[in-house]
Amino acid sequence: MKRKFIQFLGFMLLRTCLYLVLAVLLLFLYDIIRKGGGAISWEFLTQAPRRGMTEGGIFPAIVGTFLVTMITAVLAVPMGMFAAIYLNEYARQTWLTRLIRLAIRNLSGVPSIVYGLFGVILFVNIFAFGTSVLSAGLTLGLLTLPWTITASEEALKTVPDSYREGALALGATKWQSIRTNVLPYAVPGMLTGTVLGLARAAGETAPIMFTGAAFFLPVLPKSLGDQFMALPYHLYIMATQHHNILKVRPLAYGTALVLIALVLGMNMAAVVIRYRLRRKRRI
Amino acid sequence: MDERLKIKTESLDFYYGAKQALKSVNLPCPEKRVTAIIGPSGCGKSTLIRSLNRMNDVIPGVRAEGRIEIDGVDILSPKVDVVELRRKVGMVFQKPNPFPKSIFDNIAYGLRINGLRDRQKLAEIVERSIRGAALWEEVKDRLKDNAFSLSGGQQQRLCIARALAVEPEVILFDEPCSAIDPIATAKIEELIFKLKEDYTVVIVTHNMQQAARVSDFTAFMMLGEMIEYGRTDGIFTNPANTMTEDYITGRFG
Repeated sequence: MKRKFIQFLGFMLLRTCLYLVLAVLLLFLYDIIRKGGGAISWEFLTQAPRRGMTEGGIFPAIVGTFLVTMITAVLAVPMGMFAAIYLNEYARQTWLTRLIRLAIRNLSGVPSIVYGLFGVILFVNIFAFGTSVLSAGLTLGLLTLPWTITASEEALKTVPDSYREGALALGATKWQSIRTNVLPYAVPGMLTGTVLGLARAAGETAPIMFTGAAFFLPVLPKSLGDQFMALPYHLYIMATQHHNILKVRPLAYGTALVLIALVLGMNMAAVVIRYRLRRKRRI
Repeated sequence: MDERLKIKTESLDFYYGAKQALKSVNLPCPEKRVTAIIGPSGCGKSTLIRSLNRMNDVIPGVRAEGRIEIDGVDILSPKVDVVELRRKVGMVFQKPNPFPKSIFDNIAYGLRINGLRDRQKLAEIVERSIRGAALWEEVKDRLKDNAFSLSGGQQQRLCIARALAVEPEVILFDEPCSAIDPIATAKIEELIFKLKEDYTVVIVTHNMQQAARVSDFTAFMMLGEMIEYGRTDGIFTNPANTMTEDYITGRFG
């Protein structure tokens, strides 16, 4: 009896933790939807802010976040995957690779504001890209890299060694065995981790604050060298920097809702991609 | 012995880092014969067979010294193309390792990576290889099915077919039956017996009856050393070394 009771208590504890987490998440979502739902309209999504951001929409911020995330992806996705392939498949496991791996893990824990300052020095000043979509995207790319490398490496680790050895034993070169017998089974996991990393980058404020995001810029960027508005930064301004915070609060909540929908949408996309690829590869 | 030797190791030493796994092993493998390597766990028999196609190269920190001749060429020489060597010396692993692809694509894998694209030729060789592994009747109507849908024994024969497809001259079996049931094992033994008409076969096994049934020559190993080598009937009926005798009569191992 006692053993069963302990088991019952254990399960209860686990279940309670799960429900607590879910409850916090739902409460959070409910609050934002309740307060921001009213602000969402066609006009809000498709127009630029007007009258000192007390009216109008957030279209430039949506476009800005989209563009910056694209730049982030262009930098972080291929580089992250290639670095992971090198680390997991080619690099000898020496103290140096262990050090590199440790550094990557640590980089993923560095506060995003530090990336922001680094981006100012490297991209804005040294590379002279100025405060622009390009500088901000590359800065976010650096922020995302450790995540994509780590996620991609984990995905590669889930492919059994017997696939690699089996291919080698048939006279495949190392690259052939990786390309045809490892990557196809690792890519779903790699993409999932990568999209999650991008979603996180899309929601960052600090790294873009100094590298390209504009306080108020009701026109779309015409090139990668222009400044831009971005959802998280816009939200930050509406919530803390605006001259009439109380008046624009519904707009701030609306912005938050759009941002959350965007991030959730990307995460959902990651799930769908993985599901589709898994089914296609039948593993 | 008046047999032509396909493979010959000469004072082969093998190290995992500082640990020596093989000590001056001299193993001859006659052409188109089955050579069995037996011995207790950890005696180095898997290390030995995996050095014959340099599969140990994938493990970091290993080192081989001595000679391994295949058709008179030392395959430990840095001039040897390992990729070409492994095409010529096929391997079947301990656990069946089909790739998560269709049965057809599993067999075609080795052909495709060697550049064969012609569909008709592919289909032809795939069929011939599956027939060669005595699996054709069981899978001919389901070549598009995933290889994981096969039973363990069928998967192992699929792996044999996959090895046959690239037309090797030698096939190495690393305890091929340790993960499958007795009936499937009997089928594979029968197959190995037939394979020696065309191929030189080396098999590692911890099952002495298996060695006695399928092989022409047997090497007995212990603690990295080759204790005894000879014709299988001789080793099993009249072992020269007392350790060999103790092992095959089941006194230890």
